[in-house]
Amino acid sequence: MSAFSASTAPGNPARAREDHFVPARSPWSGLVRKGQSIRIVDLEGQQAVDTLFYRADDFGERYSSQDTVRQQGAPYVTTGTALISSEGNVMLTVTADSCGRHDTSAGACSCESNTVRFGHATKYLQACRENFILECGRHGMTKRDIVPNINFFMNVPIEPSGDLAIVDGVSKPGDYVELRAEMDVLCVISNCPQINNPCNGFNPTPIRVLIWDPET
Amino acid sequence: MTTDPSARAAVEANRRRYEELKREGQRYAPRALLGPSPRAPAPLPPKAILHREVVPGGWYWSVQLRRGEALRLALPNGPASVALVAWASADTSERLNYADTVKVQWSATVGKGRVLFSDMGRVMLSIIEDSCGAHDAIAGGSTPGSARALSGNAPRRNTRDNFLLAAGKHGLSRRDVPPCISFFAPVVADPDGRLSWAAERRRKDDYVDLRAEMDLLIALSNCPHPLDPDALSEPPAIEAVRFRAPQPAADDLCRTATAEAVRGFQNTDALFVSQGWSP
Repeated sequence: MSAFSASTAPGNPARAREDHFVPARSPWSGLVRKGQSIRIVDLEGQQAVDTLFYRADDFGERYSSQDTVRQQGAPYVTTGTALISSEGNVMLTVTADSCGRHDTSAGACSCESNTVRFGHATKYLQACRENFILECGRHGMTKRDIVPNINFFMNVPIEPSGDLAIVDGVSKPGDYVELRAEMDVLCVISNCPQINNPCNGFNPTPIRVLIWDPET
Repeated sequence: MTTDPSARAAVEANRRRYEELKREGQRYAPRALLGPSPRAPAPLPPKAILHREVVPGGWYWSVQLRRGEALRLALPNGPASVALVAWASADTSERLNYADTVKVQWSATVGKGRVLFSDMGRVMLSIIEDSCGAHDAIAGGSTPGSARALSGNAPRRNTRDNFLLAAGKHGLSRRDVPPCISFFAPVVADPDGRLSWAAERRRKDDYVDLRAEMDLLIALSNCPHPLDPDALSEPPAIEAVRFRAPQPAADDLCRTATAEAVRGFQNTDALFVSQGWSP
């Protein structure tokens, strides 16, 4: 496990262009223009935020978890990580992170994978894939467009043995991650509804999303 | 944290179940997994072989597999990496999902006895033989950019473009190309989470046998893995053999090694009830 390295950001919420409260278990989407910054705040702590990015004028170009991992030679997302698209372009850069480490290898939960992970009794529960299908659908996209995502505030250490598991989140109430858009992007979020593993402390909670214009 | 006692009890019950599933998945299941297959495989019975393809270095190949057929990927000409993506033939929006594959099985490594999952909680492929045990599921394949960076800006064949070509020939587009899994790609994470390349874990004559558990369209790419320090050399041709796999026995390793595989096969087998096919 690598050391966590936290950093702080200067953004003042009072000067944000947009300020969204995203209830527990809910999806959200919005445009982030090149140069703007987006901050995701884990209001109560230990809340996984499943997040996807699409190029605003060409949804066929989207976030690529594998290219992001390969480019930085390490599997976790934190300050300095460049989020790489399927076309090899930098979509956003992580500019601040009070938490220290985020997952991009474990993907989003679904009713179907929940049956495999936790038994068939867990099939009929809200899941991130449901949120993504509905929210991407609002923008004309389908399940074909849903790719493995970033899980902000989700702690998934990969051990040298290859063992990989979601463990207790390390984010505290108010922890945040901030990213600067390097191109116009559509951000699609599922505020994870999972109650069968520790990604949300078994208890999903709300988040806040803020967007700032570039400082002049 | 909620103060409602019944809600707290539900949280605690879910936590206990998760810890138990994790303990079983990480500690007990790997004991059921066998070591690697011998490097010299038993020859396939000639009558079982349906097709033999030699894929040159830098190139791609696609093939349809029926449930119960298998694909042998082999390195008779020296070390190479073979990237793979898969779609369900009946509905190509169902496709290989590497994230579910590693998360569901509690392991970033895949190898003999493990299975590859689709996004629908079903088993697409079982790794029924594997002499190598060093495959990569998290760092992806080469791209135009990664290949160019290694070759001093000269354009080179790469896995991303190969998959776009393979998908395109089946009426699919870049929206349909999922992240891949690379066989014979010894990527290891060190204790700090940095990824490195363990070249000695992949050798000439390594092979894997992948059994299709659903009707599949598969695309392969024979390009150097982007983390391979020797990625500049042209890789040798690899061999891909489509064959009829033996009918799985009741104690089939891949179908029984883990509780997750058992549940995944319940989801998969449900598709085939009307065809009367069951192990």
